Amino acid sequence: MTVMIDTGNYIAAKAAVMAKPDVVAAYPITPQTTTVEGIADYVATGEYKGKYICVESEHSAMTACIGASEAGSRTFTATSSHGLFLMHEMLHWAALARLPIVMCNINRVAGPGWNIWADENDSISQRDTGWIQLYCSSNQEIFDTVIQSFKLAEDKNVVLPVMISYNAFILSHTSMPVEIPSQKEIDDYLPKFKAKWKLDTKNPVTHGNIIGTQYYEKVRKAMQNAQMNAKELIPKIALDWKKKFGTYHGGLLERYRCDDAEQILISMGAIGAESKAAIDELRKEGKKIGLARLRTFRPFPKEEIIKLGKQAELIVIDRNISIGSEGAVFNEIKSALFNKVDTKVTGFIAGLGGKDVPYTDIIKMCKKSIKSKAKDQIWYGFNEEGR
Amino acid sequence: MSKKQKKYDIVTTISYPKKGAMGKTGSWRTYEPQFDKDKCVKCLRCWIFCPEGAIIRKDDDSVEIDMDYCKGCGICANVCKVKAIKMERKGLKK
Repeated sequence: MTVMIDTGNYIAAKAAVMAKPDVVAAYPITPQTTTVEGIADYVATGEYKGKYICVESEHSAMTACIGASEAGSRTFTATSSHGLFLMHEMLHWAALARLPIVMCNINRVAGPGWNIWADENDSISQRDTGWIQLYCSSNQEIFDTVIQSFKLAEDKNVVLPVMISYNAFILSHTSMPVEIPSQKEIDDYLPKFKAKWKLDTKNPVTHGNIIGTQYYEKVRKAMQNAQMNAKELIPKIALDWKKKFGTYHGGLLERYRCDDAEQILISMGAIGAESKAAIDELRKEGKKIGLARLRTFRPFPKEEIIKLGKQAELIVIDRNISIGSEGAVFNEIKSALFNKVDTKVTGFIAGLGGKDVPYTDIIKMCKKSIKSKAKDQIWYGFNEEGR
Repeated sequence: MSKKQKKYDIVTTISYPKKGAMGKTGSWRTYEPQFDKDKCVKCLRCWIFCPEGAIIRKDDDSVEIDMDYCKGCGICANVCKVKAIKMERKGLKK
């Protein structure tokens, strides 16, 4: 075990290389750039021995990963915002083809206007592609989640691609100390990849042929089952990791001071980490409030949310908005509770376009919702003049 | 293939090689090949070029067209040097 002090992106690169993917195909985009630069450095030093394919676009990056994965290779890529949007068609393909590709997505604003800061609308807009979506809130969590994601994606009952999201700059370009196990320990934890299916000249099959309606539905149902299996597996993988390596960030969600809470704040990503400071302050004031930080958005932890709803009133902060509806997490939470629990749920939109959401603002949001009746979503700190 | 086909235990759109995996694709035809055996010089160009494997090669190198799977693309008629195959619109009254 060594301690490495580095930015979220370089930590992701380190984790990816330690997982020994056979193929990495990526195209640089701010704020993801240093992730792929980091991997390129490991190619130069000889630490990364797989194939590194420099492609001409993100669409090609994903198709290269799909091709390599179909040939039985462990694959990794990383992207951000517009790069992710360019991949969109192939994201569906990767999931429907049941390829355990692992990808980091560094959450960045969608343009126009051109803005490179943190906002979760990029990954949220890929919600229905079939990818497992995990959200991190520290560099240690990024390292652990990247390695665990290969385990999760390649599990025989899952076999789906995994997207690991973390906020631009707040995590991607901020250095933190991270405990790194030895390569031997990682090798023992993550054995060589054995594809569940592959294109193999010794056993020729066709993939992606014309398919009748009666079979297509079966493929979709199998993906849904695989996501449900992932929902059971994610907490087990996290606990197993804790036993082996000591670090733990929660299962499907991370509970923080929830035990006697009458209000529970739900947030994810960087706001999820910042929320802990807000909870500590509110607790000092005697407020019975806790935090449930979402780690998985797909599969959505419906059962856990119902448990929280039975215990407390819920406050939700979204750093995204599904235009024409409401914040994606707020929407999902209400849908999970419907017909099961009747509790007050207050939703906030905050931090869009990378606007800073300090713990002081989170405290204000919590206080506002403790006092008020249930309302439709509130745009916190919205200012027409843009101040 | 001598070895037994390995089947993968996963639900995705994998299809395994077998004759007529997509049904009798001959029903897709608009144009039909008309084969004149007397003109044929057994060069086997049609057999090489047919993308569907619908040209049946016999022991004496004479050929026959498998109308169950011929999609009527006309490649055989195009590559035939002696014009032993010509394409005709299906169902056309003569």
